Amino acid sequence: MIKRLAKCIREYKTATILTLVFIVGEAVIEALIPFITADLVNQIKAGADMNLILRQGGLLALLAMISLVCGGLAGFTCSKASAGFAKNVRHDIFDRVQAFTFSNIDKFSSSSLVTRMTTDVNNVQMSFMMLIRTAIRSPLMFIFSVVMAYIMGGALATCFVIVVPILIVGLLLISRKAMPAFRRVFKKYDRLNESIEENVRAMRVVKGFAREDYEKEKFGKAADSICADFTRAERIVALNTPLMQFCMYFNMAFVLLVGSRMAIEGSGVDVGQISAMITYGLQILMSLMMLSMIYVMLTMSAESAQRIVEVLNELPDMKEPEHPVMEVRDGSIDFDHVNFKYSKNAKKFALADIDLHIRSGMTVGIIGGTGSSKSSLVQLIPRLYDATEGSVRVGGVDVREYDIEQLRGSVAMVLQKNLLFSGTIKENLRWGDPNATDEELQEACRLAQADDFVRSFPDGYDTMIEQGGTNVSGGQKQRLCIARALLKKPKILILDDSTSAVDTKTDALIRAGFRQYIPETTKIIIAQRIASVEDADMIIVMDNGRISAVGKHEELLKTNQIYQEVYEQQTNGNGGEEHE
Amino acid sequence: MNNKQTETEVRSMNKQPQMAGRKRKINGGVLKRLMGMLFHYYPVMLPLSIFCIIFTAVASSIPNIFLQQVIAEIEEFQNSGMGWEAAKDVIVPKVLLLIGFYVLSIISITVESQLMAVITQGFLDRLRKTMFGGMQDLPIKYFDTHKHGDIMSYYTNDIDTLRMLVSQVMPTLIRAGVIVLSVFFIMIYYSIWMTLVLMVGVALMVLVSKKVGGGSARYFLRMQKSVAVQEGFVQEMMNGQKVIKVFCHEEACKSDFKKINDALCEDAYLANAHANVLGPVIMNIGNLMYVILAMVGGLFLVLDAPNFSLSGMAFEISIIIPFLNMTKQFTGNINQVSQQINSIVMAMAGAERIFGLMDEQPETDDGYVTLVNAKVAPDGTITETEEHTGKWAWKHPHQADGTITYTPLQGDVRMFDVDFGYEEGKTVLHNVTVYAEPGQKVAFVGATGAGKTTITNLINRFYDIADGKIRYDGININKIRKSDLRRSLGIVLQDTNLFTGTVMDNIRYGKLDATDEECIAAAKLAGADDFISRMPDGYQTQLTNNGANLSQGQRQLIAIARAAVADPPVMILDEATSSIDTRTEAIVQKGMDALMKGRTVFVIAHRLSTVRNSDVIMVLDHGRIIERGSHEKLIAEKGQYYQLYTGAFELE
Repeated sequence: MIKRLAKCIREYKTATILTLVFIVGEAVIEALIPFITADLVNQIKAGADMNLILRQGGLLALLAMISLVCGGLAGFTCSKASAGFAKNVRHDIFDRVQAFTFSNIDKFSSSSLVTRMTTDVNNVQMSFMMLIRTAIRSPLMFIFSVVMAYIMGGALATCFVIVVPILIVGLLLISRKAMPAFRRVFKKYDRLNESIEENVRAMRVVKGFAREDYEKEKFGKAADSICADFTRAERIVALNTPLMQFCMYFNMAFVLLVGSRMAIEGSGVDVGQISAMITYGLQILMSLMMLSMIYVMLTMSAESAQRIVEVLNELPDMKEPEHPVMEVRDGSIDFDHVNFKYSKNAKKFALADIDLHIRSGMTVGIIGGTGSSKSSLVQLIPRLYDATEGSVRVGGVDVREYDIEQLRGSVAMVLQKNLLFSGTIKENLRWGDPNATDEELQEACRLAQADDFVRSFPDGYDTMIEQGGTNVSGGQKQRLCIARALLKKPKILILDDSTSAVDTKTDALIRAGFRQYIPETTKIIIAQRIASVEDADMIIVMDNGRISAVGKHEELLKTNQIYQEVYEQQTNGNGGEEHE
Repeated sequence: MNNKQTETEVRSMNKQPQMAGRKRKINGGVLKRLMGMLFHYYPVMLPLSIFCIIFTAVASSIPNIFLQQVIAEIEEFQNSGMGWEAAKDVIVPKVLLLIGFYVLSIISITVESQLMAVITQGFLDRLRKTMFGGMQDLPIKYFDTHKHGDIMSYYTNDIDTLRMLVSQVMPTLIRAGVIVLSVFFIMIYYSIWMTLVLMVGVALMVLVSKKVGGGSARYFLRMQKSVAVQEGFVQEMMNGQKVIKVFCHEEACKSDFKKINDALCEDAYLANAHANVLGPVIMNIGNLMYVILAMVGGLFLVLDAPNFSLSGMAFEISIIIPFLNMTKQFTGNINQVSQQINSIVMAMAGAERIFGLMDEQPETDDGYVTLVNAKVAPDGTITETEEHTGKWAWKHPHQADGTITYTPLQGDVRMFDVDFGYEEGKTVLHNVTVYAEPGQKVAFVGATGAGKTTITNLINRFYDIADGKIRYDGININKIRKSDLRRSLGIVLQDTNLFTGTVMDNIRYGKLDATDEECIAAAKLAGADDFISRMPDGYQTQLTNNGANLSQGQRQLIAIARAAVADPPVMILDEATSSIDTRTEAIVQKGMDALMKGRTVFVIAHRLSTVRNSDVIMVLDHGRIIERGSHEKLIAEKGQYYQLYTGAFELE
């Protein structure tokens, strides 16, 4: 896990190493200063002359300046390193997600990916910064200070033998107890925030049932329980301060009492040493405190790191061919005894025993209830998923042998859950063909029956689409998505329930346009409405992952029960048209 | 809605850099109010803990005096050549006294830190509850005009900034302030000359903190904006990942992301660099001061310069050593204060936003007509009763003569010439007149934005009408207490919202005192019992994340059961079945039909099959009713409805 993340440092290795160097420099000097000062104090006491004081003082001032420069530079380099590290982590995650196949994407919800790229990266960045700033500095400071204290204080330093273990044990105990408590609380806290979100989202229900007071009471209870847990956890952590204070005071009292005795008895301790011991004592205790903080922080962010690495280690499960076929000859499609399931562990095949042959230029309709695997069937054609058994061929060649970009360039698919991106209509359309001229854009839109309404917008083709395409209606969005797919000039066009929000008249116009203007393109249309497929050259009725029947409208009406039922329901049973 | 958001964004954007710029005098009103709340909630604990903070702070500057005295003694005894035995009697009591101080100080710091943990969490808890409670009472308009993400950030980010303020910033400032002050006095007690030298360094520190700290706050706010941009982009791309794949658009996305990512990195670098540089610089200026003072002290001593101090003490080594320690303390505390600048700026911005939420105008309710359980005598007179009779009546006290009349609850809703606009000057409903007699089914048909949902928003008073009148059982709905009005209206919406909890809890939401049997009966009525009892845990199945483990149709059925258990005389079904496929709808429809029986129902649907059997169908266009009548009548008229029905016209 750490190894994988460490790879993200890359070009910021210099900044990282420089940070460490500067910080070591700062730490060394900080440890030296009290040492030299003590010497100075003693010399002053011994009645040194001005020259000596100035020389010693000048040296000290120089050291402090170096330390200042080191500290300042370290501040810059460590910010650079940590911001850069975070950037690279985000970059790697994003790149990896771009390499994901559909089945990889299915594993992670989009909101969880967003959290990983924001909150989790942020946590890891903070830890990284903390790590390079203090993880070296604190142990160094600790060691230096202990060594210096022994060199200088001699016997006086024995007090650390007493204090340090007390502090270490105390800090360990506290973080041991506090960490699980915090982890529990944070989970609970997340849940509380989720419940607030739930409440905000459901406000119409809350108010509709006049449940304001009930919600207040419910929230009050949950908040109180969290408050109790939080307080308990924080009170454990709050013990840190008195513990630290105790150690510091112990050190002070010990040095004063023992030190003064030793000084007076003349056993090699002088006043300067007493002063230095107090300073070192402080440094030792502070560095231990910092270490315990890092320990807590690292363990807390370990979960974030885990979640990030999970994405980075997710391998795209599709292999690219070594000698890819670069051209799709025509729009013929063949399914040879295809079985398909979404994951290895799935018990049931989503598609079973599919044997299907579609000639180039045909119009094919697919009908079937929810869960009959209509979408699964067509998703195998542009190789969004790989068939588990059997093979899918496009233009006579197995889809696994194509260069994937070429294949998907020739097979345009309008997904059921389709999206426009923020940007102008033009920009969105050019996803289909980055080099399309304005005329080509308009032509595609005319074919998709979108030109009229686009022109009716004040800004026409330069109208901004908001995130998620919320400022165009469902039917308009669907037609723009079709136009976008048409711009690829595909050999195969797949519409996965892509006209459900378009009225029947427009729907019919779109299909008529297809017949007239793109006769060579193979068109596959998945639809809920019989009207959308009844004039197709071939209609496939899907049921529970299998092909129930293949044929033309009239044949199916006579022979296929499912088709009959759907037809009945739509013409008589429910009456009229659906407008969704 | 969007205008409003950008407006608030712009407002907060303008405000924050401004605040960062004049960080020394942060919006006093906010701070005062915050402190007022804290003291109000904790009138004893807070002063006690502040007392403890001050005591600890003072106590931590006392050792300097002892240090000075002990060292002076050591000097003396060393010079006089007397042994430890003699010195013991002088030094040991001093040290013991010091230890006594320490014990007190540790006790006080323990009390303080424990109290602060309680106060911080307790304060946040109360704040959360106040915010949440206030939010429940806000009108629907507030939720329609604010992004949910923005509302959530009050509870997450803004509360967090306050946690920092109360638990960290406040104690640090008090403690550091007191220490700096008391150390300062001890210093001038010993030597004014040396104190003056130190003050030069302190001035430098303040200057640096102001410069660097201010920059840091400014860049932090800029970074926050970059973070938001990045988050928006990532969100959009992660949602559209499958579309990206289908169009082989990965490389273009990567390069777009690279730009945004680089910008964020740059801003994060600048913000962090400012914050990270400040600490070491201040600390090392402190080190420098330490060295300089050691030198100056040494020089004074060597030169035998006259001391100038409150105590009148002469320069001695016993002054210089504690003075050096105090220098460390002094600069260390100034460093701590400078580290808090960011937190203060953020906390003030957070507090201001939170107060903004708390100060939102709650939904007003002047209604005085209430809904009561009724007993109907054989002669038709109605009397109020405590127990649940299954019959309800409107209790209408007349202010003019002090009498009370009871009107039976029937579900007769009439709107006369209603005009309405969500925003001043933009009328979205014009002259809408609707009569719905008890038991009738009234349908609204029309394009998105035609005003269908708006009409239902007016009936349950989510919004108040601008002109015209609405009568419920003959009573002006403005006179009816809102909670009672809404209790008599059941709603099922297109977006089903279920709550975390069991299926049973969710159904019971419609009527909190419903028994299990009543809930199951309602589920049966709605046609939901079937699938619920087939789930492994039946009615005790836990629902999370808005019932993510259920299908859309199943969620819809639970929502219908929830409305059914409330047993209201009037129902509003707003696109209740639109996201269900035809096959499931056939099942849901049965439940709906059972539910609608004997109630006044307002139906909004895209699917004309759902509305066909209504008593009256209203076709709305741009806020006006353009056609009204039964299905047969409207078909015969061959107008807008006919076109819709035959599919020649698009409904979106």
